[in-house]
Amino acid sequence: MTYKFNFGPIFEAWPLLLNGALQTIWFSAAAMVLGLLIAVIGALGKTSAPKWVRFIISAYIEIIRNTPFPVQLFIIFFGLPSIGIRMSPNVTAVLALTLNFAAYGIEIVRAGIESIPKGQLEAGRALGLQPLQVFRYVVLKPAIQAIYPALTSQFILTMLYSSVCSTIAATELTGAANDITSRTFRSFEGYFTVTVIYFLLSCLFWMLFRLIDRRFLTSPQGR
Amino acid sequence: MRELGPNEIFFIIFSVRWTFLLAAIALVGSAIGGMLIALALTSGKRALEWPAVAIVRVFQGTPLLMQLFLAFFVPSLFGFNIDALTAAAIGLSLNGSAFLGDIWRGCIQTVPRGQSEAATALGLSYISRTFEIVLPQATRIAIPPTIGYLVQLIKGTSLAAIIGFVEVTRAGQIINNMTFTPFAIFGLVGVIYFCICWPLSLYSSYMERKLLLNR
Repeated sequence: MTYKFNFGPIFEAWPLLLNGALQTIWFSAAAMVLGLLIAVIGALGKTSAPKWVRFIISAYIEIIRNTPFPVQLFIIFFGLPSIGIRMSPNVTAVLALTLNFAAYGIEIVRAGIESIPKGQLEAGRALGLQPLQVFRYVVLKPAIQAIYPALTSQFILTMLYSSVCSTIAATELTGAANDITSRTFRSFEGYFTVTVIYFLLSCLFWMLFRLIDRRFLTSPQGR
Repeated sequence: MRELGPNEIFFIIFSVRWTFLLAAIALVGSAIGGMLIALALTSGKRALEWPAVAIVRVFQGTPLLMQLFLAFFVPSLFGFNIDALTAAAIGLSLNGSAFLGDIWRGCIQTVPRGQSEAATALGLSYISRTFEIVLPQATRIAIPPTIGYLVQLIKGTSLAAIIGFVEVTRAGQIINNMTFTPFAIFGLVGVIYFCICWPLSLYSSYMERKLLLNR
């Protein structure tokens, strides 16, 4: 092996890497919050809306889940301007990640809602709670405990998938890597460093989610 | 600038063969690697389990795109210049090994421990215990999630477009650069993936339901 490693120019560009990492976290967090919002509405629709609404929701889920994320991203980024909707790469990235997250989120949330026994709902109603109150207190909270593992791993997947957004010139971590390597010609060092940063981010969130789970969700006496 | 005509559309549609080729190579690579990792994870030996866990964590904790980039650049450090297909096949195979290994570990662990213990008590070797007792029972359970993973793999091949391998997505990009009709082109590309992936997804959930009913 005659190659001489030179990580110097990569580390010198640390402000770019830091900014990229923060953008990556920001993109995925925004996608999760917005995607979850859509997912809750979608899951409610899928369990209780009229048949044609349920059909549309199912079609949405199947379309998103059975096509690759880059293609979804390209349709939004290159396709929408041709009908007059223009967005910056970063906004497009968050939108695409949100729509993607929502499709998986609906199924996750729906599974959570279905994990609540029917008797619990009837008990809530028998206590005189309004339908919305039943949803909020009797369904939602236990459902959150049930969906937490799937939801958090979907967040990590979304964070890792956001690296694809660099192809539309979004300025997240991979975008920063492209920027640095094209100036320094240190492709291996640049992408290796960024891969390590992604891995550290994954580890950070794995630990954070486990901490939240232990602290707030699973009580020592069981539920 | 060119018009979007039948030639352009056929160019995109026929590029599916490269998507299939890449997916097929990666599936074989992932199955071999995944089997080794799954066996290591369920071996009960620290020295095998620990590295397997590390491999799974690293590949599940980093973006597939970065793995493809590194699969492209690492061989060149050793003086091998590989083409985009080889790089994509290596990257997807390594990634698939980690994911399938983790999925199959779960399937192997659903086989009751007593099965393996009884086989040991009967004096069966590790090889026949694994391949004649445990794996045949785990295979039944492994079919739905494995097909589900195949869908992930086929979708993952679209990332090979970014490192320059001309499969369906890259073909779409090339034609779009000439015709500037993004909606039609990426819509078509999306439909192609959907036609491949949706039947697989349906089959996977059908098999899963069948398995639940037979339990």
